Amino acid sequence: MEYISQIAFLLVLAVAAYFLAQRIGSIKKNINLGKEVDRSDNSGQRWKNTFLIAFGQQKMFKKFIPAILHLMIYVGFLVINLEVLEFIIDGVAGTHRIFAPILGDAYTVAINVFEFLAVAVLVSCVAFLLRRNVLNVKRLRSLSGWPKLDGNLILVIEIILMFAILTMNATDMLLQGKDEHYVQTGSFFFSSFLTPLFEGMSVDALVFTERFAWWFHIIGILAFAVYVTYSKHLHIFLAFPNTYFAKLTPNGQMNNMDEVTTEVKSMLGMDAGAPPAEVARLGAKDATDLTWVNLMNAYSCTECGRCTAECPANLTGKKLSPRKIMMDTRDRIDEIGKNIKAGKEAESGSPLFSDDYISAEELNACTSCNACVEACPVSINPLDIILQGRRYMAMEESSSPQSWNSMFQNVETSFAPWKFPPTDRFKWADKLKGEEK
Amino acid sequence: MSDSTYKVPTMQEMSAKGEAPEVLFWVGCAGSFDDRYKAVTIAFTKILNKVGINFAVLGPEESCTGDPARRAGNEFLFQMQAMSNIQVLNGYNIKKIVTACPHCFNTIKNEYPELGGNYDVVHHSQFLQGLINEGKVTLKDGGEFKGKKITFHDSCYLGRANGVYEAPRDVIKALDAELVEMKRCKTKGLCCGAGGAQMFKDAEKGNKEINIERTEEALETGAEVIAAGCPFCMTMMGDGVKNKEREHNVKVLDLAELIAKNQGL
Ligand code: SF4
Ligand code: SF4
Repeated sequence: MEYISQIAFLLVLAVAAYFLAQRIGSIKKNINLGKEVDRSDNSGQRWKNTFLIAFGQQKMFKKFIPAILHLMIYVGFLVINLEVLEFIIDGVAGTHRIFAPILGDAYTVAINVFEFLAVAVLVSCVAFLLRRNVLNVKRLRSLSGWPKLDGNLILVIEIILMFAILTMNATDMLLQGKDEHYVQTGSFFFSSFLTPLFEGMSVDALVFTERFAWWFHIIGILAFAVYVTYSKHLHIFLAFPNTYFAKLTPNGQMNNMDEVTTEVKSMLGMDAGAPPAEVARLGAKDATDLTWVNLMNAYSCTECGRCTAECPANLTGKKLSPRKIMMDTRDRIDEIGKNIKAGKEAESGSPLFSDDYISAEELNACTSCNACVEACPVSINPLDIILQGRRYMAMEESSSPQSWNSMFQNVETSFAPWKFPPTDRFKWADKLKGEEK
Repeated sequence: MSDSTYKVPTMQEMSAKGEAPEVLFWVGCAGSFDDRYKAVTIAFTKILNKVGINFAVLGPEESCTGDPARRAGNEFLFQMQAMSNIQVLNGYNIKKIVTACPHCFNTIKNEYPELGGNYDVVHHSQFLQGLINEGKVTLKDGGEFKGKKITFHDSCYLGRANGVYEAPRDVIKALDAELVEMKRCKTKGLCCGAGGAQMFKDAEKGNKEINIERTEEALETGAEVIAAGCPFCMTMMGDGVKNKEREHNVKVLDLAELIAKNQGL
């Protein structure tokens, strides 16, 4: 009988670990479906960005109130996870508050800090629920369906989990001295507000409540960890590598297509070096034509809509939304991953750049202004995906808008995007030459 | 050769004489063909003449950098343009380039090196800032713009694309004008709507044109002058001001024009 709870705990742990490993494995596989791109350079700058932007939340602090609320949840979760360590040891070893005797008074202080953070998380989650559902924050309220539910669910789960911690501590305090299993820890500030609720209970009922809250909290945390991998909340892990591997060259610099360079060089009769390799596809038609960084971006997107809120095309009512670009990319690569698992043709279904995901109308509306790139708190680059889609349209499909095709023709024949004779290029100076200073 | 007339030497002329300019002025397609922006080209040329900078232009040998082709997805066309431009520039052994177009600036500075074109490229706002700082251009006080409200519209390809925010503002401040900022400026600036090859096609369906939205923001500041540092922004803001029927009391001027006017050029 003694060991039943320990065995049950190990089982729960194993089940969670199994599902988690499965999910991490398939996300990793999906990301690796992307094309290679080298981001191994400049590790100093990369670590610095990771430290400032991901760890330090630098870009969140453009707006103070959401930044503070987010910071509380972030710090709360980082720190409260330390407590989870104790949960796991206790669960496996059948002990209770194993760190308490070791840490002595410091333990009470630590738990008080955790409780403070739990309350801060609670407050922030309530505020975020209000922002999402009551206040008119357009970028949040414009979500619907699963993304909306996902955003709300996580906040509700967090609130419940925090209540579980406080309930557990409150009943624990009441049990100290009544049951020798419960270590004397001294009192905890925040949960002592809850103790009156439980004061009349029998020892058995208290133990039951305390155990229930304990199990609820740890199962909740493990379930949460698995759930996160299906949700926009994956950003809590991926924000770090995502920032590390983000583009470091100037925002305005479009990447060079080396496969085109070899070909152009041989067309111009220049030494092209190695003969042009067989190019599978110019630009991107589907999610697998994108780079693994683009795909990791898609899994890191928190769907916060800061990019779309700054997008000039979106602001003026056009269909383009950089957030949707990221969500579509994620949905499509997920679909491709499932196709592969099910033994179907990987490309089954509509490709990423089609009316079912990102339409030509959306692609063409982008001004390449980089506002979305600048706005994203986790260093995502929606513009990069857009430009790769345009390359496919222009070079493989020749389906660019007619006026762009005329512009291409002008550049080709008149060496300017407008149809002026190239010999007129220097006419502007005629009036000036010889004019008195 | 007297010094009393404006000169626009070409690279061809210069190299025929065995001379080399200190800096090449890359005029760009808009600066060469767009009627409004030709005035900016002329204003900047006048400043270069006045200060006695040893410069040259490519003239008929210049060609589109390929920026709009690349951003619309036509990488082949871009690289064809880029490589032939690089051949010309390297042929003249060009070291330093100044341009009044942020798109040319971005492309030559950031995208040509990978194709073998390495130059020290500055935008004319940075060049003008340098002239002012070095005391080569001393601005007349009590000039035309003294105390006037001027707002600067950040070009995406100068600002967010390359992090140049202060140079154009320093130029305006040097005029003794009152620099007023729009609600969205610097890193949060709003695009004029013409970048990414949008200049060369109609906008997608929406409920407003981007340049109208931006012009409204500029007008809200109460500025009499909307300063720009980009040919596309110039067109878009100019159209916006006309659309709002404010052209009688709000001018859209380039930074070079502001300086040239102050200098009475
Ligand atoms: S780069 Fe394109 S998608 Fe991003 S904000 Fe600008 S217009 Fe929108
Ligand atoms: S791309 Fe970045 S800014 Fe846009 S919704 Fe995703 S996380 Fe937010």
